[in-house]
Amino acid sequence: MSERPLTGQYHSSPHNHIEKHRHIGVGIGEEDVDRIKVVLVGNPNVGKSIFFNHMSGLYVDVSNYPGTTVEVSRGRFNTFDVFDTPGVYGISSFTDEESVTRDCVLEADVVLNIVDSVHLERDLFLTQQLIDMGKKTAVLLNFSDELEKQGIDVDAKLLASYLGVPVFNTTAVTKKGFEHIEQAIAEARKGEQDLTIHRRLHTMLSRTGSEAEALLILEGDEVIAQRHGIAPGEDREVMYIERRNRVNIIINAVLSERNRRKRIGSTFGRWAVNPWTGVPILAVVLYFVYLFVGVLIAQDLVGFTEETLGHGIWEPWIQGVVSNFLAPQSWLWTILVGEFGALSMTVTYLLFLLLPLVVAFYLALALMEDSGYLPRLATMVDRSLNAIGLNGRAVIPLILGFGCVTMATITTRLLESEREKRIATSILQFAIPCSAQIAVVAALLTGAGFQAMVIYTATIFTVFVVIGTILHRALPGETPALLIDLPPMRIPRIDNIVRKTAFRAYHFMKEATPWFFVGALVVGIMQVTGLLTVWQNILAPFTTGWLQLPREAATAFVMGLVRRDFGAAGLYELPLTPDQIVVALVTITLFVPCIASLMVMMKERGSKEAMLIWFGTWVGAFFVGGLLSQLLI
Amino acid sequence: MQNAEVIPLHKVRKGRRVLVVRVPEGKTRAQLIRLGILKGEFLKCLQRLPGGTMLVEKNRQEIAIGASLAGAILVTDATEVL
Ligand SMILES: Nc1nc2c(ncn2[C@@H]2O[C@H](COP(=O)(O)OP(=O)(O)OP(=O)(O)O)[C@@H](O)[C@H]2O)c(=O)[nH]1
Ligand SMILES: [Mg+2]
Repeated sequence: MSERPLTGQYHSSPHNHIEKHRHIGVGIGEEDVDRIKVVLVGNPNVGKSIFFNHMSGLYVDVSNYPGTTVEVSRGRFNTFDVFDTPGVYGISSFTDEESVTRDCVLEADVVLNIVDSVHLERDLFLTQQLIDMGKKTAVLLNFSDELEKQGIDVDAKLLASYLGVPVFNTTAVTKKGFEHIEQAIAEARKGEQDLTIHRRLHTMLSRTGSEAEALLILEGDEVIAQRHGIAPGEDREVMYIERRNRVNIIINAVLSERNRRKRIGSTFGRWAVNPWTGVPILAVVLYFVYLFVGVLIAQDLVGFTEETLGHGIWEPWIQGVVSNFLAPQSWLWTILVGEFGALSMTVTYLLFLLLPLVVAFYLALALMEDSGYLPRLATMVDRSLNAIGLNGRAVIPLILGFGCVTMATITTRLLESEREKRIATSILQFAIPCSAQIAVVAALLTGAGFQAMVIYTATIFTVFVVIGTILHRALPGETPALLIDLPPMRIPRIDNIVRKTAFRAYHFMKEATPWFFVGALVVGIMQVTGLLTVWQNILAPFTTGWLQLPREAATAFVMGLVRRDFGAAGLYELPLTPDQIVVALVTITLFVPCIASLMVMMKERGSKEAMLIWFGTWVGAFFVGGLLSQLLI
Repeated sequence: MQNAEVIPLHKVRKGRRVLVVRVPEGKTRAQLIRLGILKGEFLKCLQRLPGGTMLVEKNRQEIAIGASLAGAILVTDATEVL
């Protein structure tokens, strides 16, 4: 153990000769090694990230579905380092998320175990495991409010004496009980290890140097075993079942149900899962999203901001200002405030077209995330997604992709197998347009009419299915079955919705803005140097011959290399027939993902696979676009 | 109870309570045990979706189980016993 000035006695585990054992790649920097590491650990969806945000003053996403957090975040709380981790049902190495959490827990000085007190039977399994690992632990019994509503009593004092660690009641959403956090850290201690386990740990301990790792090896954790060159234990099952039984004994003692009341949300929740009711519900949900984002924002609001504020007021004004210094139509003038100017077009697109739409989209997504609808949708479509090698869980990254494909690519981590991640990432990068892109696409499509919209949607959906099917057939391996716990349906909290939307929109804009300027600059320079014409001529066989678009459409593809939405925006000024609009939009939608997305993909999937997907989108986009063109035009 | 018929979970009808008889081997086994789905435990079947995806309840917790996994979990009907 360390010589840290922590209070609390370790009456149940007398051996203090362990811990502090550094591993590489845990994501914990070297600078301040000597700060005490407090790690928030708990089952998925129990409120860890709310605690983290409160303690660190930072922001990480809080949503009502298991698997919101997929990577470790680090912040400061008083004199401590505090870490948020992905939710897990136990410490082991079955999935990436589990490995991330496992390493963070192994490094922890103090574990704050957040527990959903309504689902104590589920959560205490992890609690007991943390205690068996010999970690200094304090338990925060969260969801006191829901416990109250459901008419359940949990005897916190008795629980504390069973576990041998301090227990505090909290309600994270109202910050009730947060005044105990410091006390919890200070009083955290090693709890009552299971006796048989305790004895067995001793034998292993001399070989690993840490109880925590010794336990994991006994439980057959192959990764940890390998780190120490020890054969993994074979008693995982026995140990798990013993732990399960021990938890059941504790539950019987500490929990009493006064009366059973049905939650209001639960009826709706059931409907959302059953296809007979769930499909209509999905249709209604999508219709409302369409009304809100597609009509109210994309047409009415953006019509005003883009036309009136952008083209009407901003662009003439900035052109006037710049004309005071530069001769109109000179090359610098063109780059700055010309047709594709960095100060004219770029600003209009960013502020008056994208911003309102991105905000609206994130708002709609946040409502879905916080209500508890997403995991139910996942359940309903589970069987259909099996056809493309995914299970229901994949719905979550795919839906989030409509917000931002880059972000969603990271969220694919919540999928179990490499194979699923590969399929989901490919689908995201090929066939899911992000909010910014949909914004531009929607604006163009409304001009082209209803039929155009149907053809566009049907084509993209077909590509989605075809890519999934091909990959499912081509990649070896099978689809892991869905296993997901459904959180209760909850009324989304306004403060969280607003905060999440504002935060994401801000980040999206921050990330997108520089690329827009870069893109505008590139196109501007190509325009004044005549390179644009050269490029248009090179691509002419494709654009005019195969896609049957005006040769200027090639410009959009240059812009699309930088960002897809920017590429779509490039189609704006072209005189296109409705059929050409559909072809152009399909092509640009399927075209290469934005640079940020490519970077993230390289990080998540490796550069080889990323480049394969990237070049694949070139081929796919031109192939499908051309095919459609031959059929339509 | 002894002579109750053993069936895979995805064949169970809505509203029935079942006793788990066997949980499949493999990676998911550990996860199932953690969620309290193991031999000797009772579950309530909340819904059976057309493809065989099951929605069950265990300790006030709703859990969705994909068809292939549900097909590998063996149970006996225990509605009358409880
Ligand atoms: N009513 C109520 N809701 C809560 C409480 N604590 C958390 N929630 C809600 O539970 C959901 C999950 O909260 P998060 O902070 O995202 O949970 P997490 O543990 O970080 O989840 P993962 O990152 O998925 O593991 C959110 O919708 C919260 O609003 C609580 O004490 N009472
Ligand atoms: Mg979280």
